[in-house]
Amino acid sequence: MTTEHLFDLQKVAKRFVKGKDSITIFDNLDLSINKGDFVAIMGPSGSGKTTLLNLLGGVDQPTEGEISFDGQRIDKLSENLLAKWRANNVGYIFQFYNLMPMLNAARNVELPLLLTNLSSSERKQSVATALELVGLADRAKHMPSELSGGQQQRVAIARAVVSDPKLLLCDEPTGDLDRATADEILKMLQLLNREFGKTIIMVTHDPSAAKYANRTLHLDKGKFVDRELAA
Amino acid sequence: MFSFISQTWAVIVMNVRSLPRRLWMSLAMVLANAVVVAILLAFLAMDKGFEVTLKGAGSDDVALFLRGGSAAELNSGLGRDQVNLIATAPGIASNANGPIISAELYVIVDGIKRSTKTEANLPLRGLELTGIEMRNGFQLQEGRMFTPGTNELVVGQGVLREFEGFEVGNTLRIGKSEWRIVGSFSTGGNVFESELWADLNVIQSVYNRGSSVQTVRAKLSESGQLDAINAYVENEPQLNVDVQTEKAYFAGQSKNLSYMAWFGKIISAVMALGALSGALNTMYTSVADRAKEIATLRTLGFSTGSAFLGTLVEAMVLAMAGGLVGAVCAYLLFDGLNASTLGGSFTQVVFSFQMSGDLIAQGMKMALVIGFVSGVFPAWRAARMPVLLAFR
Repeated sequence: MTTEHLFDLQKVAKRFVKGKDSITIFDNLDLSINKGDFVAIMGPSGSGKTTLLNLLGGVDQPTEGEISFDGQRIDKLSENLLAKWRANNVGYIFQFYNLMPMLNAARNVELPLLLTNLSSSERKQSVATALELVGLADRAKHMPSELSGGQQQRVAIARAVVSDPKLLLCDEPTGDLDRATADEILKMLQLLNREFGKTIIMVTHDPSAAKYANRTLHLDKGKFVDRELAA
Repeated sequence: MFSFISQTWAVIVMNVRSLPRRLWMSLAMVLANAVVVAILLAFLAMDKGFEVTLKGAGSDDVALFLRGGSAAELNSGLGRDQVNLIATAPGIASNANGPIISAELYVIVDGIKRSTKTEANLPLRGLELTGIEMRNGFQLQEGRMFTPGTNELVVGQGVLREFEGFEVGNTLRIGKSEWRIVGSFSTGGNVFESELWADLNVIQSVYNRGSSVQTVRAKLSESGQLDAINAYVENEPQLNVDVQTEKAYFAGQSKNLSYMAWFGKIISAVMALGALSGALNTMYTSVADRAKEIATLRTLGFSTGSAFLGTLVEAMVLAMAGGLVGAVCAYLLFDGLNASTLGGSFTQVVFSFQMSGDLIAQGMKMALVIGFVSGVFPAWRAARMPVLLAFR
């Protein structure tokens, strides 16, 4: 394990018990992801992409094996410690944006900052910067229902980066958008990766989206093939 | 800690702002709580009004003598010899005319209630002017005092309000006699306002009571001090009386009717169970409605505690809103409402419902208990909501 690695997965297994049956999603999965990587995870439905993303994001825990983040084990953390770890290290971008419909754009972006000790004025400043970054400074007071799908996803990106996490996890971030808007969002992610050094792990079905990543992992039936290695 | 407060506050704000999505269910919960609180407050206000009416009548300065074993004025009876013995008791204040005592006769007459047009018993009290002076807060409101030795009577404000035909100037036929109403009086809203007063001797004569009376009131030389009188009563074999301060007598009378508050509390508790099941349903629906939002917040790093408290506070806010609506409605509908009911001497006691801050606090406490119980289980479910729901 080196400090160049943001993630190290060793012999990770994930099984679900359904009635008397045990369904294995992964078995003996090893993976390393470097700091500053932009990784696309592809694969057919049911291949385990989202389960892997959930394990990396600390919203699910492996049945066996070890998951280390920046040299620290996260697979055995309690639910509340994992919540703290997510608040400090992870920004999430969901397929359907998952904005709070009753809060305006600025309030949505502010949510992760409520988990910090920043003052109200510091939070306002950070929110303004994040909305500026995604080009929505003039929509701060708009409710999600008043924004287009692309704009909502940009608000979600602002929410993901506002607390300056090392890692962005994206679950089909362009799955609900048209091609042109999807490209805008992907370029934004690329910018965050290249200019701001964010490590990005993105689950996608879309090969065009995967082209924006600098590494693509193909997952099939719980085993994934690194295309670069396969080649 | 700061972070926990700010995230919990944010969850509460979000929950409250999302209420319009569950408008009808939330309103149903508010309404159910409002009804429970309003009914509870109505009974409590009735009980309070009744209690104030009775307790307000009692003075610590006055000793009340009843025949031994009598629970109320109506079933007491004292002969002239007994009155004379009482007058010689120690501890009774005197003036130039001798000991300040008032022998009183208490009979029942019929009145027609304005509200139901039905007959109800009213007390007609025969007393002397000394007795009137002993009533704290007595004020002639209209007309004049009855003239001793005549068929004249004065009527309490409560009787005037609640019963027909007792207006000043009217002539009434009671039994075989005609009576002229020459005045009306108030005694600060207490039970005496539910009475008709006339001259003792005239009542004794009309009702063929000879010289007997039912009670004797005596002004005490020292407020609340009955020791000397009690010792005298115990040592005087010709006397068969029970003595207590007037205040203690009316407190006992109001205690006999404290079932009203208990009745109200039991009815409210039964209704609260109904409101509670509705509120639980509302809150479980709320958690289901917000499942994805709760899971998203948990994914972002919000704590289980904030999800728990957010839901609990939502339930308490709805319950409080219901409680406030109920309290306001109860206040507008019932505060000052006049009513009459059967008192301890089988006569009507006219009283006003009395709403007060402490009663409203009791109503709000009831609302908060419903809110807490209906919130705590759904809040637990919210706190245990699987984070993975955010990704569906």
